[in-house]
Amino acid sequence: MNHEDIKNGVIDILVDLTGSDDVRDNLDINLFDTGLLDSMGTVQLLLELQSQFGIDVPVSEFERDEWATPNKIIAKVESM
Amino acid sequence: MLNLQPYENPMYFVYLLIGLIPVIIGLFYGKRFRWYESLFSLFFIILIFDADKWPQGQALIVYVLYNTLLVWGYTKYRTAAESKNKTWVFVLAVILGIAPLTVVKFTPLFATHPSILGFLGISYLTFKVVGMIMETRDGSIKEFNLIKFWQFLLFFPTISSGPIDRYRRFIADYDSVPDRQKYTELFSKAIHYLMLGFLYKFILGYIFGTLLYPYMQHMAIVAGQHTFLHLSWGVVGVMYAYSGYLFFDFAGYSLFAVAISYFMGIETPMNFNQPFKSYNIKDFWNRWHMTLSFWFRDYIYMRFVFFMMKHKLVKSRVATAAIGYFLLFGIMGVWHGETWYYIVYGLFHAVLINLTDMWIRFKKKHKGLLPSNKFTYYFSVFLTFNTVCFSFLIFSGFLDQLWFH
Repeated sequence: MNHEDIKNGVIDILVDLTGSDDVRDNLDINLFDTGLLDSMGTVQLLLELQSQFGIDVPVSEFERDEWATPNKIIAKVESM
Repeated sequence: MLNLQPYENPMYFVYLLIGLIPVIIGLFYGKRFRWYESLFSLFFIILIFDADKWPQGQALIVYVLYNTLLVWGYTKYRTAAESKNKTWVFVLAVILGIAPLTVVKFTPLFATHPSILGFLGISYLTFKVVGMIMETRDGSIKEFNLIKFWQFLLFFPTISSGPIDRYRRFIADYDSVPDRQKYTELFSKAIHYLMLGFLYKFILGYIFGTLLYPYMQHMAIVAGQHTFLHLSWGVVGVMYAYSGYLFFDFAGYSLFAVAISYFMGIETPMNFNQPFKSYNIKDFWNRWHMTLSFWFRDYIYMRFVFFMMKHKLVKSRVATAAIGYFLLFGIMGVWHGETWYYIVYGLFHAVLINLTDMWIRFKKKHKGLLPSNKFTYYFSVFLTFNTVCFSFLIFSGFLDQLWFH
């Protein structure tokens, strides 16, 4: 899967979860500090990443700081 | 024999700082004297549990041996080359992990004496152990190291009341030595936190807890003798006095624990982040007793929701979140103790957080309907502060005294 596909896939998931286009406009927006993503949203994100990209992220490996922005999530998905 | 409870009086800090001198000098020169650190820690743990506290000391020893076996056993099972990683083994390990704490917490319901298994800090040690079992299950912790396990579990600055650290985070610090610049930074922060801790615990905590709180209690009891539900303005005074005491006493304590950790080159996480500036209840729980609420978030709420959603046990995600909140705050309430006011406190917060979520959903749906400006922001902070203080009034048990005694 190339960079654009991953990027668009992640952004679509985030737009859907946060119900906001802010995540499309600003890829460095902090999803947790802004309250766009809470624990429930995080779990949904992990499940979506699992079903769409086949990557398995256990809750133990979810460090909020490392997943805080759309860009960071895209980088994480690419590295897996 | 001398017995010293952690951070109780100024002399304790004198002894601590004397003991810390070699650690500090070592770390300034890039050396960690692990043997000395261990002896120093052991010495102060013995001071907590010796003399008339020796029964607790024995309970601690039994507890540590029991959990050593448990975590060693589960890690061995989980990391075996062909581990089946069965769910029931994991569940059993978690149940065995929380069993001692459960016995200790429920003993008062059935007996007049506290359980002989109990000791100061059992809750915090249990949080650490159960966290480790869950991370081992996830494959994030891959080995069992006896010395590191004990260092983590018995890290004395946080042994009695947290903050609750995480194994991998702690060990990363323990295994390394901060460079000079980093350690200088930690050192100056530690001094600052110590001073702030003194201000919080010994001055503000004293003013709120020892001066104002009993005074307000007296006023409330006298004024409420013939009123409806014994309510009076005195109860409002009790509410603010107790809230101030609860925060300054515990935040002060946590600052001490963090400061002493920093002196030892361990970055124990902070417990409070200006909680009274929160603009809603969710924000509040991200700022209040953070290591506990994050523990509940990561090890109970998220895992529960993950499980429910993955197996599609409840269709609606709103319902799943709600059940998760009631589970989390229900357990938190019971953990504080089996009295009606702790449980009501937990349920009250569960209701609040569900209402907050409903409100957030409503606002998302009706964008632009409601104004959002400086005034509404300060109003939410004001509202959150008072709601939280009210929940602390429940938590304080004063209403129990007022109504039922």
